[in-house]
Amino acid sequence: MYSLIVFLPLIGALVAGLAGRFIGAQASRVLTSGLVVVSAVLSWVAFYDVGLGHETYKIQVLSWIHSGAFEADWAFRVDTLTAVMLVVVNTVSALVHIYSIGYMSHDPHQPRFFAYLSLFTFAMLMLVTADNLVQMFFGWEGVGLASYLLIGFWYQRPSANAAAIKAFVVNRVGDFGFSLGIFACFTVFGAIDLDTIFASAPDVAGQTMVFLGYEVDILTTICLLLFMGAMGKSAQFLLHTWLPDAMEGPTPVSALIHAATMVTAGVFLVARMSPIYEFAPDALAFVAFIGATTAFFAATIGLVQNDIKRVIAYSTCSQLGYMFAALGVGAYGVAIFHLFTHAFFKALLFLGSGSVIHAMSDEQDMRKMGGLFPHLKKTWAMMLVGTLALTGFPLTAGYFSKDAIIEAAFAAHSGVGQYAFWLTVIAAFLTSFYSWRLMFMTFHGRQRASRDVMAHVHESPNVMLVPLYLLAIGALAAGGLFKGLFIGHEEAEFWGAALLRGEGNEIVQAMHHVPGWVPFAPTVMMVAGFALAWLFYIARPEMPKALAEMHRPLYLFLLNKWYFDELYDLVFVRGAKALGRFLWKRGDGWAIDGFGPDGVSARVIDITNRIVRLQTGYLYHYAFAMLVGIAALITWLMFGSM
Amino acid sequence: MEIGLPHYLTVAAILFTIGVFGIFLNRKNVIIILMSIELMLLAVNLNLVAFSSFLGDLVGQVFALLVLTVAAAEAAIGLAILVVYFRNRGTIDVEDIHIMKG
Repeated sequence: MYSLIVFLPLIGALVAGLAGRFIGAQASRVLTSGLVVVSAVLSWVAFYDVGLGHETYKIQVLSWIHSGAFEADWAFRVDTLTAVMLVVVNTVSALVHIYSIGYMSHDPHQPRFFAYLSLFTFAMLMLVTADNLVQMFFGWEGVGLASYLLIGFWYQRPSANAAAIKAFVVNRVGDFGFSLGIFACFTVFGAIDLDTIFASAPDVAGQTMVFLGYEVDILTTICLLLFMGAMGKSAQFLLHTWLPDAMEGPTPVSALIHAATMVTAGVFLVARMSPIYEFAPDALAFVAFIGATTAFFAATIGLVQNDIKRVIAYSTCSQLGYMFAALGVGAYGVAIFHLFTHAFFKALLFLGSGSVIHAMSDEQDMRKMGGLFPHLKKTWAMMLVGTLALTGFPLTAGYFSKDAIIEAAFAAHSGVGQYAFWLTVIAAFLTSFYSWRLMFMTFHGRQRASRDVMAHVHESPNVMLVPLYLLAIGALAAGGLFKGLFIGHEEAEFWGAALLRGEGNEIVQAMHHVPGWVPFAPTVMMVAGFALAWLFYIARPEMPKALAEMHRPLYLFLLNKWYFDELYDLVFVRGAKALGRFLWKRGDGWAIDGFGPDGVSARVIDITNRIVRLQTGYLYHYAFAMLVGIAALITWLMFGSM
Repeated sequence: MEIGLPHYLTVAAILFTIGVFGIFLNRKNVIIILMSIELMLLAVNLNLVAFSSFLGDLVGQVFALLVLTVAAAEAAIGLAILVVYFRNRGTIDVEDIHIMKG
C-alpha cells in the first residue's frame, strides 16, 4: 500500500509528461488527478493505521548505493510523522489537482502542468518517507526541481524565469549546508540511515570535532548544517527572498508547493531529526531564534504589500517561522500540528485568492480590487474561513495550533523562549492585521477595478469551489479534531518513537500550565489586529495613506521588504556577476580561447595562407618544381650512396 | 674530325636544356610548351640511339621507336585538349591558365 501511495503520482507524472501530447489534455487531467486522489485516500488509511493503530513499518524497495562502507537503501520509513505528512501532502495535492482542472482550463500546456504537479507530489512523498538522509536529499532536490519547473511554468514571462532561477539558486545555498550536514553525519556515525544515527546520537553528545580549523561540538554543527538546508527550503530569515518571487507561478502551484507542502519540508526535516536536535540545545536555540525572527519579520512586510499573493506568501513565511519557533523550544509535535493545520488554511487562502484572480481577469493588485463581496459570495466565505483560521479565531484550526506555539514558547522559560514568545505574540497581531486588510481591500470598500474587469467578474466553477469547501472543512475542524492526538493527552502515544524528546523536555506538559493570561494574549492580539484593519480600511480609508506619509522611511523600508533584495544584489549578485564576467571575458575568452583552440586554429590559418601562395596555378611553376625534384632525386641517388 | 658519343650527348643535352627553358621562359602560348616537351623527348631519343649505337645494343633503338609512338600519341591528345580549351575559354595564353591557383 505504501509503495502505491508513493508511486501512483510518479506513474501519473510519467504518463502525462511523456505521452501527454498523444493522450490529450483531458486524459492527462483525469489520469493524474485520479491517481493522486487514490493516493490521498490511501494516505488517510495509512494515517488511521499508523497514527491510531500505533504501527510502524519499514518497507525495503530496492538496494540503491553500496560503495565501501557507504550503504543507502531505498526504503520507506512509515511512522506517525510520515503518516501525518502523507496525509497533508496527498490531500492538498489531490485538491490542488482537482482545482487546477478548473483554474488551468484555458492553458495550452495542461499535460505538462499536471505532469509537473504529479512529479512534485512524488518527490515530496519520497522526501517524507525517506529512511536515510541521501534518500531524503533525493526527494529534497526533486521537490526543488519541480518547484523550479512550476514557478517557471509560464516560461514566456521573463519575470517567471527570473523567479524560478532565483528560487533554485537560493535553495542551492541551503542545500549546500544540508549536504555538508549529510557528509558530517557519515563521517561521525559511519552511516546515513536514520536508525543508526539516532541510536548513536546520545553517545557522541558533547564530543567535539575539527571543522574548518575550529574545535566544534559535533551534534551542534550537524544540526546547524541541516538547519541551513531547512532554512533554504522553508524560506527562513536570510534565505527567504525566493518565496515571494515564487508567486510568479500559477496559483495552484503556490498553494501546493509554496504554502502547504514543499516549504514545510524544512520543518519536517528538523522534526524528523529531533533525536539529534535534542542533544544540541545550542542548535535548537538558534532554530527558535531564526523562527521567531522570521515570524515577526515576514509579518511586518506583509503589512504593506499590495499584491494579494505576496501578502499570503509573506504570511506563509511568517507561519513557517512559528513552526520553527516551536521546534526550537522542543515542541516538535506542536510544530507538526501547526504544519498540519496550516496546510489546510493556507492552501485554502491561496486557492481562494486564485479564485479571486481568476474572477478579476488575472489582476493581482489589491489596490485595483475592492467591493467584490456581492459578486463572489462563495469565494468570500471560503476566504473568510481561511482568514479566521489563520488569525486564530477561537475553535478554528489556527486557534489551536498557533496559540499552542505561543504557549510553548512561553513555557520554555528560556531567554530565547521569551524572545520567541514576544515576537510571535506581536506577529499574531500583525498577522491578524494584514489578513483582515487583505479581506477588506479585496472584498469590501469601494470598487476600484475598471468597468471592463467588473463586467467580467464571475464566481468560479464548481470544480474549483469544491476543493475550497473541503479545505475549509479542514481549516475549521482539523484543529479541534486532532488537537488531542497531536498535542493533547494522547500525544506521547500518538507520536511514539517518531519524535524524540529528551529526559528534561516536558514542554508539552508545561504548555498546559502557563499563566492564565498567556493563552488569551494571541486572541486579544487577533481582535486588536482586526479592529485596526477595520479602522484603516473600512471606517477611515484615508488613514493608511496619511500614516504612510507620516512615517515614510519606515513605510518604504517595509514596502521594499527590508531592502533584502537590494542588499543581496549589492553583496552577492553584483560580485558574482562581475566575477562571472571577468572569467568569461578574460579567463575564458582571452586566456583559454586565445591560447587554446582559437589561438591554434588562427596560427594554422596563418601558415596555410602562406602555403597557399605556393599554388600559383601556372603550369611552368609545377613543371619547374618537378624538374628540380627530379634533379635533386637523381643527385641524391648518384651521390647519396657514396 | 670523328664524331663520337660525346658530341651526340652534347647536342642532346643542349636540346634538352632548350626544351626546359622553352617551358619556363615561354609566357605566350601553350603550343610552345607542347613543342618544348617534344624537344625534350627528342633529346632523350637521341641519347638512347647514341648509346645504342655506341654499345652495339639494339634495345635502345627499339625503345626510341616506342618513345616516338608515345610522343605522337601525346602530341595528338595535347593538341586536341588545346582545341577544346580554346573553344571553351577563347584563349590559350599561358598567363591566363591558372585555374589551379590556391
